[in-house]
Amino acid sequence: MHTGRPLATFEDSRDFMIFVKGLTKSYGTAAAIRNLSFSVERGEIVGFLGPNGAGKSTTMRILCGYLPADSGEVTIAGFDIFSQSIRARSRIGYLPENVPLYPEMRVVEYLGYRASLKGVPSRRVPEKVDDALELCGLVHVQRQIIGTLSKGYRQRVGLADALVNEPDILILDEPTIGLDPNQIREVRSLIKRLAARHTILLSSHILSEVEMTCSRLLILNRGRIVATGTPAELRERSGISLAGAIRLEISVKDGVAVQEILGRLPGVSSVTPLGSAEGWASYEILPEAGDPRTVLFEEVVRRGWKLRELSARESTLEDVFTSIVGSSSGSSPDSRKENLS
Amino acid sequence: MRVFWALWKREVASAFQTPMAWIVLFFLLLVTGFIFYSGVTVLNHGPTEVTVVESFFNTIFFWFAFLLLFPLLTMRLFAEEYRSGTVEPLMTAPVWDVQVVLAKFFGVLFLYTVLWLPTGLYFLIFWWQTRLQAAGAVGAYFGAYFLLLLMGSFYLALGCLCSSLTRHQITAAMMTFCLVALFFFTGLLSFLTGQIGGLMRGVTITFSPIDQMTEFSRGLFDTRPIIWYLVMTGLCLFLTLQSFQSRRWRR
Repeated sequence: MHTGRPLATFEDSRDFMIFVKGLTKSYGTAAAIRNLSFSVERGEIVGFLGPNGAGKSTTMRILCGYLPADSGEVTIAGFDIFSQSIRARSRIGYLPENVPLYPEMRVVEYLGYRASLKGVPSRRVPEKVDDALELCGLVHVQRQIIGTLSKGYRQRVGLADALVNEPDILILDEPTIGLDPNQIREVRSLIKRLAARHTILLSSHILSEVEMTCSRLLILNRGRIVATGTPAELRERSGISLAGAIRLEISVKDGVAVQEILGRLPGVSSVTPLGSAEGWASYEILPEAGDPRTVLFEEVVRRGWKLRELSARESTLEDVFTSIVGSSSGSSPDSRKENLS
Repeated sequence: MRVFWALWKREVASAFQTPMAWIVLFFLLLVTGFIFYSGVTVLNHGPTEVTVVESFFNTIFFWFAFLLLFPLLTMRLFAEEYRSGTVEPLMTAPVWDVQVVLAKFFGVLFLYTVLWLPTGLYFLIFWWQTRLQAAGAVGAYFGAYFLLLLMGSFYLALGCLCSSLTRHQITAAMMTFCLVALFFFTGLLSFLTGQIGGLMRGVTITFSPIDQMTEFSRGLFDTRPIIWYLVMTGLCLFLTLQSFQSRRWRR
């Protein structure tokens, strides 16, 4: 079920920063990704979302020219990643998952080495390295040996490496994994700042994160793209604009059959008591159609109950994700086989 | 070329930033110092048929240290990159596979050369103390060190190949040691087949570092071993490149 923008034709492939068509890759008999097609335009921040093992890392490794695909086409800034690999690779800054680094090198040495590898002219290496150190907040640890750095700093070194030659495209595999909440916030704001100059494809399985940073999402499940769109579009498309749960907290005299009374109201599908404490009882109300909050309020006022909370939970990306991923794995006829393999 | 130098510099720097190079250097100097000392001691007890240089490069201790050198120097080259995952950022940079293989080989060859340089001091000290040549002629020094370099490049290339095949340094070291020893001990067959003569001796002498060293440390240059080692170095590096590229197809 491929949704979202229509597939670009071969002719437009050079208009996109990343253009992927019919990409397939399997490890032995286990298919990692199947017939994947998508494209990323200049200046976009695209989030690659999916449960573990959905094929995010495999796809990113193929995009960076590290793994070959079984079939399909990948074009990076107009260069084919298979036949013009070196030119395509020089356009990409890649942050691999877990950020492998040489532990014996100093931060500034490592970045200088990486800049030379990526073809930055010798004269400009110190300047580019300084910029990257500055941007990633590494100035005060630049003389430190990488092996002694904490996870957060290693992550930043990886990020500094990815952007040291100012590539057009940044491909970041799980850029915030293993960081503490403060570091996550920092990295996130760094990524937002980078978006002005780079096209970014980042993967994550943390929904709030991609929702905050990305302009568009690609949801991947079992090696297939199951949905694409902006976070708002995805929410809308999933058809659960109101996730269902309305929460009502009231205080009534003993012996009143609240559940029955509310259940009879128009637009209410079911009422579930959530428990009560100190005279206040809360209920979860599922709407039939539309929004029954006004009806509920009027009923509460008419009966003279005390009201403390009446709120509707808007669907989060998590609901969208669960509904999309859930339905896509259920509907697939060969899903049982995949589970076994 | 700039990319090659960047890679080469990192290889050499990382060898000296980790303790391995220093440990190898320490033990090599210990062993060769002992060999030199015993060679001079023998000379003190009366005339011998061989020069100091000839005896220095042809004792059992020398060959023992020599054989152990290669697994130690080469085991980490590729295996460590595979194991730690650094091969991923390395090969997603705009770098050709052949640049990486050559940079690693020439990096370790440079390291190997540097390891042998201090041994030249022994002969300088000998000359300074006795005002006597340690070798029969100046060419003998060149011969001995040139052969060391030639043999070194073949065995190091063999080590590169082994390291590129596995992600475990120990496995790489064991494979390298076995292969180097195999070539070395095949050479020893030339002593057994000495009486038989003919073809067998012709074949085995190609492998025999001891025979070759006997000649080269007298200043005799034989082109056959030179070509043999150069061709084998090239072959091993070619195979290393193939094995390094095959990482894309295995998991």
